[in-house]
Amino acid sequence: MAMNCNPKDEVDGGPPCAPGGAAKTRRPDNTAFKQQRLPAWQPILTAGTVLPTFFIVGLIFIPIGIGIFVTSNNIREIEIDYTGTEPSSPCNKCLSSNVTPCVCTINFTLEKAFEGNVFMYYGLSNFYQNHRRYVKSRDDSQLNGDPRALVNPSKECEPYRRNEDLPIAPCGAIANSMFNDTLELFLITNDSDPTPKPILLQRKGIAWWTDKHVKFRNPPGEGTLEERFKGTTKPVNWPKPVYMLDSEDDNNGFINEDLIVWMRTAALPTFRKLYRLIERTDDLHPTLPAGQYYLNITYNYPVHSFDGRKRMILSTISWMGGKNPFLGIAYITVGSISFLLGVVLLVINHKYRNSSNTADTMAF
Amino acid sequence: CAGEEKRVGTRTVFVGNRPLSETETYVAQRFCDNRIVSSKYTLWNFLPKNLFEQFRRIANFYFLIIFLVQVTVDTPTSPVTSGLPLFFVITVTAIKQGYEDWLRHRADNEVNKSTVYIIENAKRVKKESEKIKVGDVVEVQADETFPCDLILLSSCTTDGTCYVTTASLDGESNCKTYYAVRDTIALCTAESIDSLRAAIECEQPQPDLYKFVGRINIYSNSLEAVARSLGPENLLLKGATLKNTKKIYGVAVYTGMETKMALNYQGKSQKRSAVEKSINAFLIVYLFILLTKAAVCTTLKYIWQSTPYNDEPWYNQKTQKERETFKVLKMFTDFLSFMVLFNFIIPVSMYVTVEMQKFLGSFFISWDKDFYDEEINEGALVNTSDLNEELGQVDYVFTDKTGTLTENSMEFIECCIDGHKYRSETQEVDGLSQTDGPLTFFDKADKNREELFLRALCLCHTVETKTNDAVDGATEPAELTYVSSSPDEIALVKGAKKFGFTFLGNRNGLMRVENQRKEVEEYELLHTLNFDAVRRRMSVIVKTPGGDILLFCKGADSAVFPRVHNHEIELTKAHVERNAMDGYRTLCVAFKEIAPDDYERIDRQLIEAKMALQDREEKLEKVFDDIETNMNLIGATSVEDKLQDQAAETIEALHAAGLKVWVLTGDKMETAKSTCYACRLFQTSTELLELTTKTIEESERKEDRLHELLIEYRKKLLHEFPKSARSLKKAWTDHQEYGLIIDGSTLSLILNSSQDSRSNNYKNIFLQICMKCTAVLCCRMAPLQKAQIVRMVKNLKGSPITLSIGDGANDVSMILESHVGIGIKGKEGRQAARNSDYSVPKFKHLKKLLLAHGHLYYVRIAHLVQYFFYKNLCFILPQFLYQFFCGFSQQPLYDAAYLTMYNICFTSLPILAYSLLEQHIHIDTLTSDPRLYMKISGNAMLQLGPFLYWTFLAAFEGAVFFFGTYFLFHTASLEENGKVYGNWTFGTIVFTVLVFTVTLKPFLKQQRMYFIFAQMLSSVSTWLAVILLIFISLFPEILLIVLKNVRRRSARRNLNCRRASDSLSTRPSVRPLLLRTFSDDSNVL
Repeated sequence: MAMNCNPKDEVDGGPPCAPGGAAKTRRPDNTAFKQQRLPAWQPILTAGTVLPTFFIVGLIFIPIGIGIFVTSNNIREIEIDYTGTEPSSPCNKCLSSNVTPCVCTINFTLEKAFEGNVFMYYGLSNFYQNHRRYVKSRDDSQLNGDPRALVNPSKECEPYRRNEDLPIAPCGAIANSMFNDTLELFLITNDSDPTPKPILLQRKGIAWWTDKHVKFRNPPGEGTLEERFKGTTKPVNWPKPVYMLDSEDDNNGFINEDLIVWMRTAALPTFRKLYRLIERTDDLHPTLPAGQYYLNITYNYPVHSFDGRKRMILSTISWMGGKNPFLGIAYITVGSISFLLGVVLLVINHKYRNSSNTADTMAF
Repeated sequence: CAGEEKRVGTRTVFVGNRPLSETETYVAQRFCDNRIVSSKYTLWNFLPKNLFEQFRRIANFYFLIIFLVQVTVDTPTSPVTSGLPLFFVITVTAIKQGYEDWLRHRADNEVNKSTVYIIENAKRVKKESEKIKVGDVVEVQADETFPCDLILLSSCTTDGTCYVTTASLDGESNCKTYYAVRDTIALCTAESIDSLRAAIECEQPQPDLYKFVGRINIYSNSLEAVARSLGPENLLLKGATLKNTKKIYGVAVYTGMETKMALNYQGKSQKRSAVEKSINAFLIVYLFILLTKAAVCTTLKYIWQSTPYNDEPWYNQKTQKERETFKVLKMFTDFLSFMVLFNFIIPVSMYVTVEMQKFLGSFFISWDKDFYDEEINEGALVNTSDLNEELGQVDYVFTDKTGTLTENSMEFIECCIDGHKYRSETQEVDGLSQTDGPLTFFDKADKNREELFLRALCLCHTVETKTNDAVDGATEPAELTYVSSSPDEIALVKGAKKFGFTFLGNRNGLMRVENQRKEVEEYELLHTLNFDAVRRRMSVIVKTPGGDILLFCKGADSAVFPRVHNHEIELTKAHVERNAMDGYRTLCVAFKEIAPDDYERIDRQLIEAKMALQDREEKLEKVFDDIETNMNLIGATSVEDKLQDQAAETIEALHAAGLKVWVLTGDKMETAKSTCYACRLFQTSTELLELTTKTIEESERKEDRLHELLIEYRKKLLHEFPKSARSLKKAWTDHQEYGLIIDGSTLSLILNSSQDSRSNNYKNIFLQICMKCTAVLCCRMAPLQKAQIVRMVKNLKGSPITLSIGDGANDVSMILESHVGIGIKGKEGRQAARNSDYSVPKFKHLKKLLLAHGHLYYVRIAHLVQYFFYKNLCFILPQFLYQFFCGFSQQPLYDAAYLTMYNICFTSLPILAYSLLEQHIHIDTLTSDPRLYMKISGNAMLQLGPFLYWTFLAAFEGAVFFFGTYFLFHTASLEENGKVYGNWTFGTIVFTVLVFTVTLKPFLKQQRMYFIFAQMLSSVSTWLAVILLIFISLFPEILLIVLKNVRRRSARRNLNCRRASDSLSTRPSVRPLLLRTFSDDSNVL
């Protein structure tokens, strides 16, 4: 770092430079930066500064926690397991594969009305959507409508890449194992009227906006969707090809929202995925009034082979999402601990100060 | 091209590359060309060579392996994730090294392509410098630098001398005179020089700048060859500059990489800091963690997979190929995959960041205005930035005395002639001198003796005069300035001037002296018997105007007393010893008349010795020894060397900081001791243990006596300090302090004792004693002994960090030997500063350099290193935990982009800024309270304890990140529109919390990220969770710090009051210094 000299000096082995051209003063600049006197704010963590912080954190966190907890508790949520492994379950009959299609019905009661928009989820357990072999078994460019990838899917899709020499669209293990139970919801208005009233389930608006409009696209071209998917075949486990997933064009093919939701692989082996929306009709009537309902299931999706469970969840939503007691409890706990420690530290600090004061007096 | 085997033996150079005579055939010898190559790389070998050197680093090599594994095996992350950071790191380093090398190339070219003039066939030929061959006759003009090592043949002056400044070689800016051989002086035109037939025999190139042995054989007209000796005074070194001489002719003897300059700047070994060793240790720990993790995961994976539906459920089937691979091979690749997945636990960019931190951080030293010295108009200089943090780790300080602790500006104080004391008039103000004031000034000694003494002072030296205006050559005394490599001599000549004898300079081999009666006396200088550190004396042989031949000798008392008639010693000896105790440097002056026939013999011997090609030094020494006997002592001089400004405060501060300060000096014991008292190295209360020739009487039983003393001292010390060395530092404040004095001859007795086993034993006892002493003074040290001591301490148990500080060429060896070498830009030239790692103008600057800069650098680098490991463990732990929830399938938690950029972008810059600017304690506090330095001694912040602390914090935080998010994901949805998150969102949340926390850790700042964010940002509960998790993870550390602070404050309070009570009772007030010195010595002498 011979600043006044040829840089050769700073590297070993270089011959020295001739001094010269350094007649001007070499007094270092007296700037705050160079003299390391930059003004700095340092959070000095002493009892004096931290104790109030602890109290403040406690005082802020506890109300937030309570707020979250109350909000979370106000959320209505009902979970119905329809795996059917128990012999008493109506869906028990569907476990054997010889009944096709197998339809079973489960009755349930809502004690309280569900207000606002209600969301219908399906939940799977012990299903490793986050297994690496599974996660990578897809072709994003095919799903994005790339014509070349459509007929020649990525190698990552193996062994769900080709079926009888035709490329699979959409390829890969994820798409192949798409959830295909059909869930329908009926309200039994009163006991006298036996005809149940079907609840309108919205199929659209359940996927991320970015997925629906950016990541997923149907292959380009003229003609019907079927023509555009020409030269491909359906995934092995699917009953219908991809262009027949829905009757509406803006929810068919790769941009079918059920497909999109399924393709976003879950983080943990027990997960929920949004299935349908039940929109609020008007302010006067609750979306789902309290009462008797029955759930009509077309049972297609086998989970017992890997010890999995299937559930249907109905949930309302607050500003902070679905029912989640964890966050509220955590906030309350941390806030309380912070507050408590504040108290403890205050005591310790006080005691120390006293004892050292006495030490002072004794010393003198 | 200079192989080691070539360094022995001699070489013959034919001047002008011409055969000596027609009869002899000229055989061209092969020598190096005159190209200087200081660059490491060429355009072609840069890439392979640089890559090879970079991959020799453990971390780089590790990442290369990981990268290769990723390329070959099916791994969870793409090769880009480790390839890109590696590429980045390698590129940055390569660019830095390439740039440095380009600068070297440019500088080389500048030197190699410069034009020089060569005499060929009586004509001046213009050539590029690199074309010079050995044997070429080169013409050099005034103010040009010599293109290679030349033997001076002739110059434009009539006496064949030229003036040269070697400022760029050793920093001495004074002009030195070089001489041509008598027989070639006249050849000062191109034609005449072409007629010269001569051959030069000289030794093969040696790196020593001040040694040269050679002989020139001149063949004039078929007569017998005339042989003349050549010494360093005939050799013009490459890199030096010609001054005050119009032009010279010289013949090239060493060229290119064989020049003394090139030899000197090679092979400076790289010093590595102790922090790097810690880093490597941590790397190994983390590597172990990594392997454990990978092994655990692989095992658990196969246990988990033993359930068939876990191994291959219907929705997630294996390919045919996967089913067919062997299980063992599969397990192996799985293991590798896990390793790749967790490989980021080893911080790839750490080396680059550490290097950048060191490089940039070292600017603060050269920018510090406190290190700026008005007098020399310079500040501190950093030669190596690798050792910044080592400044905060020093255990032992070795300091030179003269020029380091003292000013090295000599002042003539008094002299004694035949035991009568003479004081310089300027010193009258001093209370002591009033009794023998100017009235009693001249009637003490015989007038003749007085004049003889003063003449001796005027003649016996190597001082040169420099008249400020050389044009008229007037000898106006006012314009006379003296130049010499030794400030003592100047002080003596000036002292003689005060008493009326003025040295006017050399002219044609005549020394001119103006005596008290304003008459000019001329003495012919016959021989100079040079000073060297071993002989510790110098002599001149002159011929008086009356034709008598006199030898004047001056030297250290120990060197002179044995060589004079005994009866003369007593009076002078008392005087010398008293002066030495006052801290003055004393020299004795003696003379001897030489009979003409004796002189002839001496002359012959001297010339013979000077002509010798082999062992010239030894031969000369022997001749000198013979000559300098039976002299008559005339008197002694004393010269004062003032202590440097704040030297005492600095030493006290270093002591208080727990450093052991050793003074290594070539000076006399008494002088050195009094200096040590003056600079408070020894306190009044210090009990001195002496191991000197005085305490060990000159006898055959030397070794036994030494042994007895050693044992005795050890007993004493062990009794005093029964505890371990660790508590020693604390003990210093309360216990009796011990100081050790040892001199050169005793040290060599200890180190090179006759019986091997015994000497080893001595050495051990000696070291034990040394370690228990607060201060050690080693006097009468030869330069090499200084280095020996440093090496000895360096190899002690626990390998303490040593620092050497010195200013002269004799300190270079210890500066190079110690861990950190500090040069003082002093009066004895710049050699020490050049060879040092840091150079400062004054000794007092050491205080701030160590206590403030060193402390800060150490804390910074320690934090930097710990933080790097911490943040990467934090980063990888969630990834590890995630494996338990994804079926051990090596599914990465983070997106590839995050994996790649985490170390490069997201987290490296804030910590770099932090590690450059952090001041956990204000600089002023650090300098004013030296005890703070003890806190970080012994690499305290990079020990296992702090490392585990950081590691556990990292583990805790990583777990909080992961499980916090895990519980958060147990809900249906986190968004108010009910939509659901996937696995990548999980990773991104963890990553966000991670980056925030890791960045908040050193200071409160924010970092931004991208993409999946858009979705996440809209969720309120995600944000709440982020805040919560950050708080939880930082919580325990805040708590710990607070608890620690509470404790420390109360501890400090206790300490304060205890110290307050102490200071009332035990602290001694500052004692009158000299008084103390006398009383102390009385019981030793």
